[in-house]
Amino acid sequence: MKTVIAENLVKTYDKGKVRALDGLNLDVEEGTVLSVLGPNGAGKTTVVRILTTLLRPDSGNAQVAGIDVVNNPEKVREVIGLSGQYAAVDEILTGYDNLVMFGELYHLGKKQAVVRANELLERFSLTEAAKRPIKTYSGGMRRRLDLAASLIVKPKVLFLDEPTTGLDPRGRQEMWGVIQELVKGGVTLLLTTQYLEEADQLADDIAVIDTGKVIARGTSDALKKQVGGERLEVVVEQQHVAKTMEIVSAVSGHKAGLDEGLRLITAPVSTGSVALFEVLKSLDSAGIHALDVGLKRPSLDDVFLALTGHTAEVKIEEKEVKK
Amino acid sequence: MRALNDIYIITRRQLLLLSRVPEVLIFSTIQPVMFVLLFRYVFGGSIDTGQPGGYVQLLMPGIFVQTVAFTLAGTASGLAEDMKKGLIDRFRSLPISQSALVIGRTLGDSLLNIVVLAVMGIAGYVVGWRPSSGIGNIALGFLFLLFFGYALSWVGVLVGLSASDARVVQNVSFIVTFPLTFLSNAFAPTTGMPRALQYFAEWNPVSTMVAACRELFGLENQFGATAGSFPSEHPLVTSLFYMVVIMVIFVPLSLRKYRNYAE
Repeated sequence: MKTVIAENLVKTYDKGKVRALDGLNLDVEEGTVLSVLGPNGAGKTTVVRILTTLLRPDSGNAQVAGIDVVNNPEKVREVIGLSGQYAAVDEILTGYDNLVMFGELYHLGKKQAVVRANELLERFSLTEAAKRPIKTYSGGMRRRLDLAASLIVKPKVLFLDEPTTGLDPRGRQEMWGVIQELVKGGVTLLLTTQYLEEADQLADDIAVIDTGKVIARGTSDALKKQVGGERLEVVVEQQHVAKTMEIVSAVSGHKAGLDEGLRLITAPVSTGSVALFEVLKSLDSAGIHALDVGLKRPSLDDVFLALTGHTAEVKIEEKEVKK
Repeated sequence: MRALNDIYIITRRQLLLLSRVPEVLIFSTIQPVMFVLLFRYVFGGSIDTGQPGGYVQLLMPGIFVQTVAFTLAGTASGLAEDMKKGLIDRFRSLPISQSALVIGRTLGDSLLNIVVLAVMGIAGYVVGWRPSSGIGNIALGFLFLLFFGYALSWVGVLVGLSASDARVVQNVSFIVTFPLTFLSNAFAPTTGMPRALQYFAEWNPVSTMVAACRELFGLENQFGATAGSFPSEHPLVTSLFYMVVIMVIFVPLSLRKYRNYAE
């Protein structure tokens, strides 16, 4: 069953001048994780805001757990959890105060709210910091508390908008651990990210978006395959380069490329380890000893580059420099 | 019922915030108390009111009104702060009454006003303010002040939700409230003002509020009854009218702005 469905969503800003979403389609199967992957400004946050009822689309349909987000936002709010780009908790209040307050706002009643707050603090390793104001927390701790706040009533669908943006590597690792635990527990999750590695680590399925549209959809493996099969890479000593290029080209059927500095010869192959074996056999009979040889699968970076004509990372850096 | 519960929880949050940052409460009371002392002793000596009890009798209602007028800035900057932190997104994604956050915020700010007015009243008493109208009228006077602050709080909601930055909110609120409180009869008679300003001052809600409070605290209002205009003759009715009009305009506008604030 599809727990999240978005059909043909369009959202413009600035009186139609900026098309944040340009006919976007998405769906998330119950109990799975979909990562919406794209550079800054691709429309990730806009999708999340529409699906969580914070924003109305100009046109198109969206349903969460079978409920229409435009016509029935109150009902949608009862079944979702949202954790945004910024830790949306009261800085001055303690972690405990925040969770109890949100619990009460979910109409748990004071007693239940206290029980649930303590459970969540325990689960996200925040018990020690529970009575400290949030402003004394590290970035990672804030995000965990924010995530805890979105799980007070076990949501049918959880939305995480760039859950690790701005965290240091350690904070990111911790956050991934926490999210992986959730995923094991069988939550339906839609997560946006600009980090390819994050999508690879956490998601069952990836939707690559750029300029407000989904430009590719599939598992990480399928996307990589879509870009092309594997690449064969061989490094040999200088005097063998020419001969090796001949061999590799012959096996691949494509003209092999050469990185002269590294003496690295590469060529696309479609038969994987069979091709590798053939190359090794030919090199051996030519008396050439390979210094390094291997099959490389394309990274998600390659995927992104191939799909959009630009890499995700470069765009992010530009954005950060501007800030 | 659920909506009431939501409003109650948000209002309580406001008070919890105040208890965690007592500086806010301290500075919101120190400033008006400082004004009481400054005006009482700096201007009090040179303004002859011909009023038994002297300038401080006329001054106190003026400072009360000025103080509650600044509720506008408090509400506005509080909301702008919440927006900046993404907190409003969180609240709006919860299955709670969508107006609870703003209503709770305005109520919380009014509760703060009760404390501030009480402290100011005591400070005024210490420096010679003696309302002479009996307990019922005095209470009514304070009720009027609270309601005025509450109405302006709703203007603050709109300002806070419309501005892009908490600092802008502070400045905008200040630019709006400061002239309004001084182009009035609050601190000096309007008779000395240029004619055009006199008219403005007569109809200024701050003036009608000050005049209304002076009446309720047992004073004859002599600051500003220059033109014999309707607002200066009937300050209570005019003030009540202003408050209702402000609420009727700004409550729906603010709530709509809140519901659509991301658009």
